[in-house]
Amino acid sequence: MTGTTKVRRVGNAKPPTRASKLLQNRWAGIAGLLIALLAPFVNASGYALSVMTSAAIFVMLAAGLNIVVGYCGLLDLGYVAFFAVGAYTSGVLSTRLDLPLLVTVPAVIVVTVIAGIIIGAPTLRLRSDYLAIVTLGFGEIIRITANNLDVTGGPSGIYGIPHLTDSPVVFYYVTVVVVSLAVLGAARLGRSRLGRAWRFVREDEDAAEAMGVHTYRVKLAAYIAGAVWGGLAGVLFAAQLSAISPTSFTFLQSALVLMAVVLGGMGSIPGVVIGAVVISILPEILRDLADYRFFIFGVLLIAVMILRPQGLWPARSKEVS
Amino acid sequence: MTQLVWNGLFVGSFYALVALGYSMVYGIIKLLNFAHGDLYMLGAFVGFAILGAVGGVSSSMALPLLLVVLLATMVLTGLAGVALERVAYRPLRRAPRLSLLITAVGASFALEYGMRAAAGADPRVYPVRLGGTSVEVLGARLTLQQLVLVGVAVVLMIGLNLLITRTREGRAMRAIALDPRTSSLMGIDVNAVISRTFFIGSALAGAAGVMAGAYYGKIDFLMGFLIGLKAFTAAVIGGIGNIPGTMLGGLLLGLLESFGTFWLGGEWRDVFAFGVLILFLTVRPTGLLGERVTERV
Repeated sequence: MTGTTKVRRVGNAKPPTRASKLLQNRWAGIAGLLIALLAPFVNASGYALSVMTSAAIFVMLAAGLNIVVGYCGLLDLGYVAFFAVGAYTSGVLSTRLDLPLLVTVPAVIVVTVIAGIIIGAPTLRLRSDYLAIVTLGFGEIIRITANNLDVTGGPSGIYGIPHLTDSPVVFYYVTVVVVSLAVLGAARLGRSRLGRAWRFVREDEDAAEAMGVHTYRVKLAAYIAGAVWGGLAGVLFAAQLSAISPTSFTFLQSALVLMAVVLGGMGSIPGVVIGAVVISILPEILRDLADYRFFIFGVLLIAVMILRPQGLWPARSKEVS
Repeated sequence: MTQLVWNGLFVGSFYALVALGYSMVYGIIKLLNFAHGDLYMLGAFVGFAILGAVGGVSSSMALPLLLVVLLATMVLTGLAGVALERVAYRPLRRAPRLSLLITAVGASFALEYGMRAAAGADPRVYPVRLGGTSVEVLGARLTLQQLVLVGVAVVLMIGLNLLITRTREGRAMRAIALDPRTSSLMGIDVNAVISRTFFIGSALAGAAGVMAGAYYGKIDFLMGFLIGLKAFTAAVIGGIGNIPGTMLGGLLLGLLESFGTFWLGGEWRDVFAFGVLILFLTVRPTGLLGERVTERV
């Protein structure tokens, strides 16, 4: 958690150690933000800036998926679909109608909410594992549709999307600010009444239902929140690259975001942020291992689930266990 | 028209073979084995490696040789499935469902990109290609090889159904599907039966992989991804966990795709298939032949 609540509840399973106190403290969040803000002073080459901007966008994706997978326990394997919906909505509107990118944001929110409802409404009543594979199918549907339609530019995609600003440094700062707000917003949501309901559903759906939580509505809310986060990340993505094509939105992307969430620690905001940064920057450092990269990721996913299912930086539950 | 039906049945028998493994594993331990499609891919590559080791053969010997390779591949892929279960799934059998699903995604990833590291990213061309003469039946063109492949698929499916309904082993599987703890109290070695289930399911997927490689001629490390999804769709249509239902679902999905392609065009084929999946899950999540199951708390 980036901040601690004022009232510490009794009944924590383990008393917090000094190290964990430090990690859970809100200073961790501020330190992370400071690192992000100061990074361009260390290295402001075009390459470094683009890597860092991508990493920031990836953090936002992971924060959004964390709402669905981490808080609510719904496995979404087609999360990149919402990313694509956001990127394509703003791309199509800004190039066909000559709108500035900022103006497309309300439209993106509306469209991603609708997309979240379309895919969530029929499937959230089902078992969780059905949901996983339906979202996987949905991700493919979105990609193939973008590939086939004329309005989305077919396989070559959309190019000439206007930049938000001309300077990559300014855009990097804009991204960092937007992503920080998104991460903070996700953390706040997680601590809200709705967030508690999400965790209740994740821990025991039947018990939650018995206690009067409208589980279907709560799950749909998680799904829609995740969709909006993904869609807004898509706008940033479109603005960064100014060109989007279906190849950016494959299952591989969804799986990478999922890996960031799982490795970092499902439901833990600092864990997820670190996980996302590591997953997006590591490939740039380990260029030589490109062939084995995804193989290692896959093995790592199994190993984490078996050895440390709570992730590298787990969320500390404030509830009595 | 007849051609569309035949094409659909042909593709559908592949789907059914892969879907059976999915359905069996799901029926017994309620695990969606995401890596199942990748076992199909593994089968195709194992067959490729064996054929490459054997060397060239005359085209008249292609079919018998292929059947031998098919058997060898089935054994190897089956063992790979057993190993996968042992390493990745067994330690987590009591863990929350989410952990198991994530592990399965990890296994799928590891298989796909492990194969990519081993065999390269480019598609490989299968050394044996089944083309051959075609015959006209009721206005549909079909080749002898297609007939043989469908025949093999049908034999495998009938054999599986007999195994599950008529043998001790099958009875043990059905018992575990009902209640693993009680089965273990009744003297069933639950772990061993689950291992054998994985063996059979993976062997069927491997067989489908070799057949697809020999028929389409090209294999690559991502070939299992889409067919895994399609197989799941087939299993859902028929009723996941239900063996005859799954076979029916596979054939039906093949037919639906064949007609869908005809009406909408090939580029929409996959969208159509997943649309059918979502529709089925909304309207009848238990599938055509599946029973309504209440979830145990």
